[in-house]
Amino acid sequence: MRFRDLIRLSLDSAVRARMRSVMLLLAMSIGVAAVIALTSLGEGARRYVADEFQALGTRMVIVIPGRSETGGVSPGMLAGETPRDLTLGDALAVQRLPGVERVAPVVVGSAPASVGSLEREAPVMGSSADLQPVHGFKLARGSFLPPGDLTRDTAVAVIGSNIARELFPGREAIGGNLRIGDRRFRVIGVLADQGRMIGMDSQELIIVPVSAAQALFNTESLFRMLIQAHTRDDMTRVRNATIEAIKLRHQGEEDVTVITQDALLSTFDRIFTALTLTLGGIASISLAVAGVLIMNVMLVSVSQRTSEVGLLKAIGATRAQITALFLTEAILLSVAGAITGLFVGFGVDWIVGNIYPSLPLSPPTWAVVLAIVVAILSGVVFGLMPARRAARLDPVAALAGRR
Amino acid sequence: MIDLRNICRHFQMGDQQVRALDDVNVHIETGEYVSIMGPSGSGKSTLLNVLGLLDRPTAGTYLLDGRETTSLDDEELAHTRAGKIGFIFQSFHLIPRLTAFENVELPLVIAGVAPEERRPRVQQLLASLSLESRSKHRPNELSGGQRQRVAIARAMVMQPAVLLADEPTGNLDHVSGAEVLAAIEGLNAKGITLLVVTHDAEVAQRARRHIRMRDGRVVEDAP
Repeated sequence: MRFRDLIRLSLDSAVRARMRSVMLLLAMSIGVAAVIALTSLGEGARRYVADEFQALGTRMVIVIPGRSETGGVSPGMLAGETPRDLTLGDALAVQRLPGVERVAPVVVGSAPASVGSLEREAPVMGSSADLQPVHGFKLARGSFLPPGDLTRDTAVAVIGSNIARELFPGREAIGGNLRIGDRRFRVIGVLADQGRMIGMDSQELIIVPVSAAQALFNTESLFRMLIQAHTRDDMTRVRNATIEAIKLRHQGEEDVTVITQDALLSTFDRIFTALTLTLGGIASISLAVAGVLIMNVMLVSVSQRTSEVGLLKAIGATRAQITALFLTEAILLSVAGAITGLFVGFGVDWIVGNIYPSLPLSPPTWAVVLAIVVAILSGVVFGLMPARRAARLDPVAALAGRR
Repeated sequence: MIDLRNICRHFQMGDQQVRALDDVNVHIETGEYVSIMGPSGSGKSTLLNVLGLLDRPTAGTYLLDGRETTSLDDEELAHTRAGKIGFIFQSFHLIPRLTAFENVELPLVIAGVAPEERRPRVQQLLASLSLESRSKHRPNELSGGQRQRVAIARAMVMQPAVLLADEPTGNLDHVSGAEVLAAIEGLNAKGITLLVVTHDAEVAQRARRHIRMRDGRVVEDAP
């Protein structure tokens, strides 16, 4: 039998049994579409987070006080020593390291902010002028914290747009006086709306000079230290140099955790890739179900077409040819189902993408390939048994319509 | 042409052994026109199935064109059926989703004959059976007589040496039946060996040789 005739005969049989074929197509396309849509979602979430991190600014190294590493008990811990605080002195020392472009010390806390009789609780971040380029804050109007000596306590504040609206209703916030805790600050800038950034809502934030925040919260220690390296290539060098420098200042105790943005990003990357794989795996179950359905439907088809198989044998068809006919039909149906599923899956992506434009939806290539391969494979695997059953039918019994 | 020697075909039905064919010896020359008659269960259909290589005898030898067939494997049997034997069935066995043309073409398709070669052969056969105007019709759009003539065309398309007809007029009225018989007798006149299994004495009488069966045995074999 010629290949073209094989395809034509199988296709003909599939098209004639319309209801049966539509059912199979539906099952297979739902499976493939589920894989595409769900992995798109996982991949979209991963890229969303990755983009968020990119927005934080590249070349960032973050220093966190305390050693967050499992393994071994240090002698210091046995002696009942708590890790040393990260201080402004440490920040200044890091500032002088080669490869370091900027250092932004960060102190955070929460304090009541008031203007006249209007008062509300607001998160307060103490930092320096370098925070703006390092963190990527944008200003709606006014200016950011002035550069200068970190230890000097200037009473100025940059506030989020919501704070400005609530505490200065109907008037310009810049130039206005703001009381935070028991200290007075002059508003010099209003932040642009940038949504949430690393868990901080820029609309609700008040930024003051680091020494003012230290005085406000009565603390010497820093919450974080954000370092920007000159280039991406400097990051590892800066990371190691920072650890060494702080170790030296902390009597040889390595009591800080230094993470590069890359490391953070790759952690999230791993988490979300695992998520995508899980979603893809769950969706593949529907592909397997579709495969079982193919087998079921093809078995019914074989028993309905028993006398046809008998006739094919009588006019000289071999077992291999009959197997090929039924198998080709199953494969054609699963291929058609896979293609339909691709369209449906990408259609879902397109629709969801229009509803949530910020979510970059597109399936990973491996998921598309996997879905198609699994769909076709299940056509082969689950089509083989019914096809072989047809081929093994006894011609005399088959012609009589018996099985 | 056909040489059956001591052919037996036994079935196991429960704990009972059914002897559908019991030591059958038949010799048929090329170009003969033979009718096979007998009551239900006499083994005439089994005999036809054995002759058509659809069924294997339990014992005995079957030489077709001088070639021993009982030792052939499934694939060789399929090829032999395709090349040497044409079947006509009582219930036509046309494939309902294919047109008359495509039904007739099917054996050529299975044998892998090129499309450009298939077309003239099928068209010529349909024309010789006065079916050229029905070639695009599906079986459900054809009369019983037309369906059986399509089946004859399909049986003939591979130019077999033997035509095996199992109750070819069983589902047809008198006029259509006569047409069908005329068609296959016309083929016999051109040299094909024709075997007709039938209940109908009138049909059987038209053959030149009559085989009568009972309980799996040939009880009469006369001109």
